[in-house]
Amino acid sequence: MPAEAEEIVFSAKIIGDKEMTDNQLLETIERYLNGEMKADERKKFELLRKENAEVDSKVVEHKLFLSLLKQYGERVELESRLNAIHDEIDVHTLKEDLMVHPIWIVQFWRNHHSKISVAASIGIVAFLCTMWFTGKLSSNTNSEIIGLKNKVNRLEGSITTQGRRLNAINSEKSKTAADKYSATATGFAITSDGLIATNYHVVEDASAVSVQNADGVTYKAEVLYTEPQHDIAILKITDKSFQKLGTVPYTFKRADGALAEQISTYGYPDGYPSYLPGSLSSLFGQNGDTLHYKITMPINPGNSGGPLWDSRGNVIGITDSKEAHFEGEHFAIKAKYLLDAIKNIPADSLEDKVVLNKKNTLSGLSETQKTAKAKNFVFMVKVY
Amino acid sequence: MGYHLWIMVLSNEDNRVSKHLKDSAPTDSEVILGILNNSEAALKKLYTAYFPMVLQLIINNNGDADDAKDIYQEAIIVLYNKVKAGDFELSSKLKTYIYSICRRLWLKRLTQINRYGGDIRDFQEFLPIEEEEVEQHNDRNVQFTKMESALKLLGEPCKTIMEDFYIHNRSMQDICERFGYTNADNAKTQKYKCLQRLKKLFFQQK
Repeated sequence: MPAEAEEIVFSAKIIGDKEMTDNQLLETIERYLNGEMKADERKKFELLRKENAEVDSKVVEHKLFLSLLKQYGERVELESRLNAIHDEIDVHTLKEDLMVHPIWIVQFWRNHHSKISVAASIGIVAFLCTMWFTGKLSSNTNSEIIGLKNKVNRLEGSITTQGRRLNAINSEKSKTAADKYSATATGFAITSDGLIATNYHVVEDASAVSVQNADGVTYKAEVLYTEPQHDIAILKITDKSFQKLGTVPYTFKRADGALAEQISTYGYPDGYPSYLPGSLSSLFGQNGDTLHYKITMPINPGNSGGPLWDSRGNVIGITDSKEAHFEGEHFAIKAKYLLDAIKNIPADSLEDKVVLNKKNTLSGLSETQKTAKAKNFVFMVKVY
Repeated sequence: MGYHLWIMVLSNEDNRVSKHLKDSAPTDSEVILGILNNSEAALKKLYTAYFPMVLQLIINNNGDADDAKDIYQEAIIVLYNKVKAGDFELSSKLKTYIYSICRRLWLKRLTQINRYGGDIRDFQEFLPIEEEEVEQHNDRNVQFTKMESALKLLGEPCKTIMEDFYIHNRSMQDICERFGYTNADNAKTQKYKCLQRLKKLFFQQK
């Protein structure tokens, strides 16, 4: 009597049910490979393997395939472990330490020496020509030139003031034109395609939200995802008129910031843009919680949801004025929780995977330059 | 006097560059034993100890931080698999081995993307790495990529059933409950159907 498996193959052939055959053969092979067969059944099956080359090759193939599948699973797991470890490393800081920089003047010369030579020769020719035509430059004309320059400067100044006035009028206009929001706070771009981070308490109970950029333009937005337990909300700009922002200039730092570090935020307390410096006073929040940093910074309710930058311009947290209790003592949610929240956004509510910017272009800039660059990525969140 | 100063400057420079490398680097045997025992702490120590060294190599040779992450993780996986398979012999310092593997992988990548300028700036001593050492790893990567796309094409619920049963060793009963199959036979039939399709998708790929 041949093995049961052959019987199955045989009987199934008569029925003509190919699928059943394959399935049952597979099951038999699996029981064989897992050592679940009794001694005599095993013997019979081994005999069948010897006699029937097709069965034998199926056994070999199945064994290899399952071990590949298993190894694939192990690899995926190992990679995710490695990625988790990697996320804890402050790559940006390391990178700056480890980059071999030639001295800046050498680098500048290397990059621009041809341009510098051309510019210099043009300069010399121009100088000689001027000398030729004027004979010499009297001190009189010199001061006239300076005077003119000042005048032009003054003119320019008044033009900008007028421009500003015009802007102010414009924004007043847009405010009165049916834009009746009930509260304002701050939010900042996570990606250039309009994902904005803010606090959950800002948008809690909101019937609608919109965001206003540094130029006073308002865009419709929606609440994409929230984590009330961490007071985090992610908004998405849905307005058709919204055009992609440039590359986000800051990066997000998962690791804790350094105690006593100089930090800053930019936001819209009372609805007006303002920059605020401060320092990181504790890595623990109220009663030692690890969700918050304690920060010394004069933030106001409208600062809720603003970006908290470290001295290099990495986002290390979200300013969270809700938690303020004592004078001058405020809290910020650590960026780690924001990064986790971003990861937790359900894939079906996103068009594309969220790709965070990895290149910090604020590092090394003065506070003035940093703020000028970053302010275009910070929005006033308006709640209706 | 001048002599003395020069030495001080040199060692200062060295400290700045390698201070991260020296932070609590685990001993080589600690790492190997840790891998064998599936110790998460050892893996983390290993990873954080030598990443800066590899980052330094890559970013100073036409690469960026993401390249460094890719190359470094590949090297860690090569080491990990070798240790697990029991054919890793420590004939040099582990640090040197990791650096050498990364150097080899990066050279290859640079050549592939036509960014190799003919010389490489080195920061550590290194060993010659034979082609087959990384070739085997590459072959396996190709197989895994195929498996990944076959699973993706397979779709749900098949994908999860396959992963649960064959990768995570969940019992058929668990799977029945998760997917709401009323009897074990239905689930079993479904499982083999999925497996047949997965195999087909896998072997169809070039």
